[in-house]
Amino acid sequence: MPKLTINGLEVEVEQGTSILQAAEQIGIEIPRFCYHDKLTVPANCRMCLVEVEGGPPKPAASCAMACGDGMVVQTESEMVKKARKGVMEMLLINHPLDCPICDQGGECDLQDQAMAYGFDRSRFEENKRAVKDKELGPLVKTIMTRCINCTRCVRFAEEIAGTPVLGQFHRGEDAEIGTFIEQLVETELSGNLIDICPVGALTSKPYAFAARSWELKKTESVDVHDAVGSNIRVDSRGREVMRILPRLHEDVNEEWISDRTRFSYDGLNRQRLDRPYIRDEDSGSLKEASWDEAFAYIAKKTKGVKGENIAALAGDLCDLESMTALKDLMGALGSPHMDCRTDGGRFDTSVRRGYIFNSGIAGIEQADAILLVGTNPRLEATMVNARIRKTWLEKRIPIALIGEAAELTYPYHHAGTTPDDLVKLAKDYAKKVKAEKPMMIVGAGAFAREDGEAIHKAVYEAAEKLGCIKDGWNGFNVLQNAASRVGALDIGFVPQKSGKDFNEIIEGTKDGSIEVLYLLGADEFDTRGQVGWQTFTIYQGHHGDHGASRADVILPGSAYTEKDGTYVNTEGRAQLAKKAVAPPGEAREDWKILRALSEQMGHTLPYDTLIQLRERIKTDWPHLADIDTLRASPWKEFGKKGKISKDPFRSSVTHYYLTNAICRASETMAKCSESFVTDDNKMLEAAE
Amino acid sequence: MALDNIARAFFLTEIVKGFALTLKYMFFMPRVTINYPYEKGPISPRFRGEHALRRYPNGEERCIACKLCEAICPALAITIEAEPRDDGSRRTTRYDIDMTKCIYCGLCAEACPVDAIVEGPNFEFATETREELYYNKDKLLENGDRWEAQIAANLTADAPYR
Repeated sequence: MPKLTINGLEVEVEQGTSILQAAEQIGIEIPRFCYHDKLTVPANCRMCLVEVEGGPPKPAASCAMACGDGMVVQTESEMVKKARKGVMEMLLINHPLDCPICDQGGECDLQDQAMAYGFDRSRFEENKRAVKDKELGPLVKTIMTRCINCTRCVRFAEEIAGTPVLGQFHRGEDAEIGTFIEQLVETELSGNLIDICPVGALTSKPYAFAARSWELKKTESVDVHDAVGSNIRVDSRGREVMRILPRLHEDVNEEWISDRTRFSYDGLNRQRLDRPYIRDEDSGSLKEASWDEAFAYIAKKTKGVKGENIAALAGDLCDLESMTALKDLMGALGSPHMDCRTDGGRFDTSVRRGYIFNSGIAGIEQADAILLVGTNPRLEATMVNARIRKTWLEKRIPIALIGEAAELTYPYHHAGTTPDDLVKLAKDYAKKVKAEKPMMIVGAGAFAREDGEAIHKAVYEAAEKLGCIKDGWNGFNVLQNAASRVGALDIGFVPQKSGKDFNEIIEGTKDGSIEVLYLLGADEFDTRGQVGWQTFTIYQGHHGDHGASRADVILPGSAYTEKDGTYVNTEGRAQLAKKAVAPPGEAREDWKILRALSEQMGHTLPYDTLIQLRERIKTDWPHLADIDTLRASPWKEFGKKGKISKDPFRSSVTHYYLTNAICRASETMAKCSESFVTDDNKMLEAAE
Repeated sequence: MALDNIARAFFLTEIVKGFALTLKYMFFMPRVTINYPYEKGPISPRFRGEHALRRYPNGEERCIACKLCEAICPALAITIEAEPRDDGSRRTTRYDIDMTKCIYCGLCAEACPVDAIVEGPNFEFATETREELYYNKDKLLENGDRWEAQIAANLTADAPYR
């Protein structure tokens, strides 16, 4: 362990730590542009120069120089200051002075560091260069003249995203970043290019010129577009969400987020339900109503309906609080029919380990062999895919896939497509796996079929046979695809004793055994086509999507940026989303609507504030009150023996950019699917 | 001493002096009062009057929606919204100044990197209703067009001292 002195402070660091990292550990900041702690080190901006005493008599790039024993480093000496001024002057030679029209203005590394370390004039009198802008698709806007050639974007695309299309070509003054042949950067992580660009060369197209960083209110929140629960920051102005940025969480999303998370926010302003509606019984069209009218209408229609004829479904974007309130209301009404698996998933919900991502997302990095079953992690959970790629990049671990072949960002062995292939693989390799920590990731789509419970049993057996379960290692992972799912399963928003599951509830609406159906944000299935016509349907949600199109009464709820809510991600990690903006019009927070409705229906729920509701959750499910922690639970056998069909596994996400109501209302997402989704996929969707 | 005062009081010297001064200004000195509104006093090139948004000589509006004026305004009188124009340039879709909030400090003009928002020489913009003092972009551009000659002259006059 080398021991060195930086600015007179002694520090001992791990072998191989760079001077820059060592300085960071003791709180000394060294300016940098090209260095990024999640990317490789190219040392080409030269901003991080420091003086190393005893070394060669010239400044050294601290990001690329490893610490040596007994080094004496100066980061604030005259030599360093002069070197920085020189580097800054050189970087600014070709950088245009267009900060007032640059979207990076106010949060620009170059701007900040020019103020802190630069010099206020330039000796350069020749013509500045200009670089042609590149077309990178509907998300990333390029103004390449601003580029300082730090190559962060090139390294990001190559290393993290795994789509090596960007590169630096030519040299000297002609050096520029671009794609070798005109093409779009086809990755679900392209938005992160905007974050890592230290200048305004890569900026957000949807956010172009919309707002300045200093006028935005920043709210820390959690993403709901997939079950990863990426940590995000919601930037809002007034009542409008202006943009969404990632927040650092090493165990979940590191510092990246997927494009769907980042760019679907414009969907929050479109197609919103901003007041209650009642469907006119004569004309069949929706009529505007007040809250009182809507509640009174529901109370009238449900009066006298027996509990066993009432059912409830919770959609993909629901928060834990509202689902708890709905469950309590259903309990009070005496109904056992409720389900959260609106994708038609059938699996055993009695063992928690059987439906969560046991190893944790960060645990992927410990795995030394990965088997993917019926999942396309790139589309279902981009951050998980990025983590798998990171692990593959570091250790070149073997990865196998059973299911639909897809373009993932790492090589894998395609071991078949059907459940039989899984059983066979487990049999062939039983106890023979050499890996210390093998991992199995099963997509939620694998259970969304008739024989889901049998498959649940099959994957349990396969996990045991392949040695995924050991002391101190549980490599059995289910990759859920909805933000609400694990929370709903934890609180038991599933068929109660003698209750019906999703498919049976839908059947029940057709044969008349379900007279009242409560949809809490359930937009993930074709409500209009599937729910029987006599069933009185109440839809509570935020977008005029599938659910609202069939509903007899619409109660306008709030989207994830408009309420304080808890979301449990696929790992079983409860995280808080905070309210960033007010819901539109007369829309209200979801649990409040249920609380108010329960009073009208004569079964008043026993909580008046969010705190009381959370206390209620804590009483029954204490692990959900532990924010941002993973609680251990027992590993037991799960699933049900049964006949397994020969149908191939299918991923639960067919269309990445249009998976939920918010995305479907978003213009940006529509543009993305137009540009990025290839014709083959479009054909496939048209066929469905 | 006492005699002196008594004599002065007796001969009304103060009053005579006072009237002499008045009469001097009345008949012999140059005129000071002006006949407003037909005549107006001189104004410094730095005078901070009614706001205006300027254009370039080719008619293109100068404002690039950088929002620095909005940020610096101590009275929070300026509201700006921006989006890309059809040709891709950065322009405002809304530029409002609430003249009832404005304290005429001139910081907006100071902050402007392109000399778009300026406080012109006009101080006669009293209105009968408050609503008329909520200026929008059209009003400000119209002001700019009307006062451009004087604003440009003032800026040139003040340029050596900036």
